[in-house]
Amino acid sequence: MKTPQELKDIVSQVRRDIVRMVHAVQSGHPGGSLGCAEYFTVLYHNIMDYTPVPFSMEGKNEDVFILSNGHISPVFYSSLAHAGYFDKSELATFRKIGSRLQGHPATEEGLPGIRVASGSLGQGLSVAVGLAQSKSLNADSHYVYALMGDGELQEGQNWEAIMYAGHNKVDNLIATVDFNKQQIDGSTTDIMGFDELRSKFEAFGWLVLDMEGNDVEQVEAGLNKAKEAANNGKPVVILMTTEMGNGVDFMMGSHEWHGIAPNDEQLASALNQNVATLGDY
Amino acid sequence: MINTEVLEKKDTRSGFGAGLLELGRTNPEVVALCADLTGSLKMGDFKKEFPERFFQAGIAEANMIGMAAGLATGGKIPFTGTFANFSTGRVYDQIRQSVAYSEKNVKICASHAGLTLGEDGATHQILEDLGLMKMLPNMVVINPCDYNQTKAATIAIADHHGPVYLRFGRPKWPVFTAPDQKFEIGKAWTIQEGTDVTIFATGHMVWKAMEASNILESQGISVELINIHTIKPLDNEAILKSVAKTKCVVTAEEHQMNGGLGDSVCQLLSRNTPAPVEMVAVNDQFGESGKPEELLDKYGLGTENIITAVNTKEWIADRARLKPSGRTETF
Repeated sequence: MKTPQELKDIVSQVRRDIVRMVHAVQSGHPGGSLGCAEYFTVLYHNIMDYTPVPFSMEGKNEDVFILSNGHISPVFYSSLAHAGYFDKSELATFRKIGSRLQGHPATEEGLPGIRVASGSLGQGLSVAVGLAQSKSLNADSHYVYALMGDGELQEGQNWEAIMYAGHNKVDNLIATVDFNKQQIDGSTTDIMGFDELRSKFEAFGWLVLDMEGNDVEQVEAGLNKAKEAANNGKPVVILMTTEMGNGVDFMMGSHEWHGIAPNDEQLASALNQNVATLGDY
Repeated sequence: MINTEVLEKKDTRSGFGAGLLELGRTNPEVVALCADLTGSLKMGDFKKEFPERFFQAGIAEANMIGMAAGLATGGKIPFTGTFANFSTGRVYDQIRQSVAYSEKNVKICASHAGLTLGEDGATHQILEDLGLMKMLPNMVVINPCDYNQTKAATIAIADHHGPVYLRFGRPKWPVFTAPDQKFEIGKAWTIQEGTDVTIFATGHMVWKAMEASNILESQGISVELINIHTIKPLDNEAILKSVAKTKCVVTAEEHQMNGGLGDSVCQLLSRNTPAPVEMVAVNDQFGESGKPEELLDKYGLGTENIITAVNTKEWIADRARLKPSGRTETF
């Protein structure tokens, strides 16, 4: 277990990794990645019970995590490296030819910690539901965690999965929606409004929790609350309010930095805003 | 002559149901998912005997494929069941990303494929599924020909680690393969040896090709008939060996010409030993409502069409006619 200060230091390093990875190849998705740095850090260091080495694809008798909005791969990869799935030096290969760190997460190259490919949106929750059912069949009391984007909820498959999980009381599943209210073309409110999501999930039989996502202590409290709420006949979803680009002032609060990379000057500025480091890769 | 005396007619989907039930009894990791078509897919016996291993997905095929990928990740061997149309085109991206690219051990089992679905019409008569599925890396594609072969294939694919597309159909169809056969993925089955032409047939069209072979033989044409139940991986060796002997080919399948068995055979031959090929398949059309046999005839998939395909190649017929008795090679 990490202290809040230790978590904050890891978050700072994860943010440094994100901007450096994306800068190095001048491609990738920094905005959503930065906004989820606290969530990933708390999840992998203080919430989930897992064994990174040797990595088990099946994840029997451990907690497992599924990322549905695969484009935030930089925060996923950095978090997996800091969780011990692979050496952080491999982050330098992100998006380069021959790398295990594909633009969007994939299993084909055998990167430990990845259990399904994602990137084409809307598919992760279904996979998480299936994994949760395999745990029930195996009498495995561990949890399945899943993260989805909010814009991604425009994909109909999510609502198939939400309906299924509610009807079938898949209550060993803890889903989180990164509710940053941004998508590529603008705000989710303008494009396909979700001013609120609570009533939608509740209507499908889910237990809905709210959480401030850019504060490690609130994330830890929120995820622990979700664990306590699980196994009670309802799937659990956390509506996690985050700010896209959090931690880098010029990227914050805008969809503009969804999928573009900082230049040299912007990189220097971003690193200066996140000075705590555990050693860059 | 091939024995085409029909002892029994059974639907291939019932072969799937019987195979799945047997798997349920022998392999505790096998689970089944169905999208509101349990009766049509003949999954009811499995559901009844193993309710905890059966997942009713509702009319939500995309989620069903995703859940199957998740169950496979957790170590289960999921068999999904719905109509071929909803098993492929409707969920192509889900299969591509969550199953094929992610190398998940999911068995996509698809009934009511092709024209023989009948009266429901073209919305449901998918004729593109073999092509869609064979294009996906990591995907094995199987189209068995009768009840017994479908049952054997269902059992066999549980032992293959990786994604499989298993295609079968709705109508009662002659049962002519052995009841307790061992199904080997990717291994062609030579039904009859011959010297003038090779017919490669898959699915329901194998029976039609058997009928056609007998008529052709009565016309003096020696047919080598080979059942290609596995479209991918294709049994390259068996195909090339046969064509090296007969030097000309007819393919027969209940599918579009584009993307089907004929397409795969042509690719193989053109890159190795080019040979003339006639394809008995649907020629870039959608089907329509009607009885299975009426539809097969109207869309060029009848027994007569196979005979015509062989005779269309004039030199095939000439070769047979010119062939002095006792000699098999005339040119």
